[in-house]
Amino acid sequence: MSPVETSVSTRGQRHSLALTVGLALVGINVLVAVLTLLWTPYDPLNASGGRLEAPSLLHWLGTDRLGRDLLTQLMIGARTALLVGTGAVAIGAAIGVSLGVLAAFATRLADDVMAATLDILIAFPTLLLAMLVVAASDSASLWTAILALGLAISAIVARLTRILAKRVLRQDYIVASRTSGTSWAGVVLRHVLPNIWPTLSVNFALQFGLAVIAEASLSYLGLGAPPPNASWGRLLQEAQGTVYTAPIGAIAPGIALVALVIGMNLLADGLRDIADPTRGRSR
Amino acid sequence: MVLFVLLRLLPGDPANALLSVGADAAQIEKAREQVGSNLPLWQQFLRFAGSLARFDLGTSFVSGKPVIEEILARLTVTVPLALMGFLLAVLVAVPLGILSAVKANRWYGGLISTVSQLGIAIPVFWVGILLVTVFAVTFRLFPSGGFPRRGWQNEGQAFYALALPVMTIGLVMGASLLRYVRSATQDVLGSDYLRTARALGASFPQALVRHGILNGAVPIVSILGIELATTLLGAVVVERVFALPGLGSMLLLAIEQRDYPNVQGVLFISTLLVLLIGFAADLTQRLIDPRLRERAVGGNA
Repeated sequence: MSPVETSVSTRGQRHSLALTVGLALVGINVLVAVLTLLWTPYDPLNASGGRLEAPSLLHWLGTDRLGRDLLTQLMIGARTALLVGTGAVAIGAAIGVSLGVLAAFATRLADDVMAATLDILIAFPTLLLAMLVVAASDSASLWTAILALGLAISAIVARLTRILAKRVLRQDYIVASRTSGTSWAGVVLRHVLPNIWPTLSVNFALQFGLAVIAEASLSYLGLGAPPPNASWGRLLQEAQGTVYTAPIGAIAPGIALVALVIGMNLLADGLRDIADPTRGRSR
Repeated sequence: MVLFVLLRLLPGDPANALLSVGADAAQIEKAREQVGSNLPLWQQFLRFAGSLARFDLGTSFVSGKPVIEEILARLTVTVPLALMGFLLAVLVAVPLGILSAVKANRWYGGLISTVSQLGIAIPVFWVGILLVTVFAVTFRLFPSGGFPRRGWQNEGQAFYALALPVMTIGLVMGASLLRYVRSATQDVLGSDYLRTARALGASFPQALVRHGILNGAVPIVSILGIELATTLLGAVVVERVFALPGLGSMLLLAIEQRDYPNVQGVLFISTLLVLLIGFAADLTQRLIDPRLRERAVGGNA
């Protein structure tokens, strides 16, 4: 990346730092999310104090406008965010990778049509596509949001997979492998997927972060999961009205969100350096 | 085409929007005729494509006004908002991006990169909320939302109302743009032509300005196009934060009310804008870089 830094050792250290910090941020999130399955400080659905209480020893982050403990809401929000990120990326990966590999094998015409369609879909912001899918379903739920984001991600993944897979299929060893009797399915499993996986996994980590942001935006717009499910986006939306009296409600969920997304981005950076150690040193 | 398919996927008959709950079969049939949803799908599509070609976007189910009128009215909020935010982003990103690449080994070069890293992880609406908290609630410098009822007839107030939204868009977009400017500058810094220019006696700033700017600008312009399109469409969130009557809030309202002509109209106009911006970015790239022009003339772009 940077021609100014030439020392290999400092680069290596900086990047293992990125990986460590990224893993730590994401790890904390996972731990909190798992913890909420077993225990939360207060009942997430019912009031446990006065309305809009300031932070205290009893309520570390205070309470919301219905008197519910904010820390509890925030912790459950971590669970929602992880679920959305994982679900959306899983759907996006399953559809996107299959379509991309198919396109790489398809006839010229079918491939062109697919590429053009994907380009149009990608020209639309993820959020707008997700809004449409959510609007197309009768009732907004967490699963609609996940499905919507997954579909939007699948277009991006499909395009990337198509390009990467085509590059692999042009290699001589594919011809060699075919000549020695490997079926096309075997080629995909043994050569294509392992070769494109490192680049794809970096992209998945980035998409995870984007999905978390997009879900928060959907919830903020009122198109996300309906009320009993806590989501950082909706916590922020609810807190916006009471920002005069209880500013912490408008700050804490945002920090949690940014921490998770930065964690995922750092993880992606770290993964990229493991996947491709030559990157950045030469040029 | 894609639009049509997406819109037909919306469940429920659009005619329902015209009817009260207890409508009888004859009323339903009449409403379906009025909306056109009783025709076979292919006829619906032809009608749809034909009226789009004439810029006839139909009339809103809810307000009964022509869709195009409402869109034009709302564009007077969204377009200035997006353009000013875009301008601010460029003003922030280009100098800082170049600086952070040239001075990458100084503390402020690193600081700029780190802050821009933060910028791509922050949701736009949260930046908006924070700016409202600081500038509208704490210092009371700007209004926290809304737009003057008389719109641009009162220019001062209109600009005043857009100050915080523009800042929000400018900061978030600037941060992601900065990263591209930075890596484009790094490419230029590592290039042979820059070294040659230096060897021929040009000072470092001279060489960078004469040879670097245009070369670095080519990839940036296409990113700029994408970012501008995203801002226009993505303004929906910012408009919600600041309660602005723009295109995004029109779409959101139309989705909530199942007002198909409005949803369709907004999507059509935004798609058109996205395509136009992409085309403009393409042309600009060719103006900057003669190599791209020749390839296009060769017919094999």
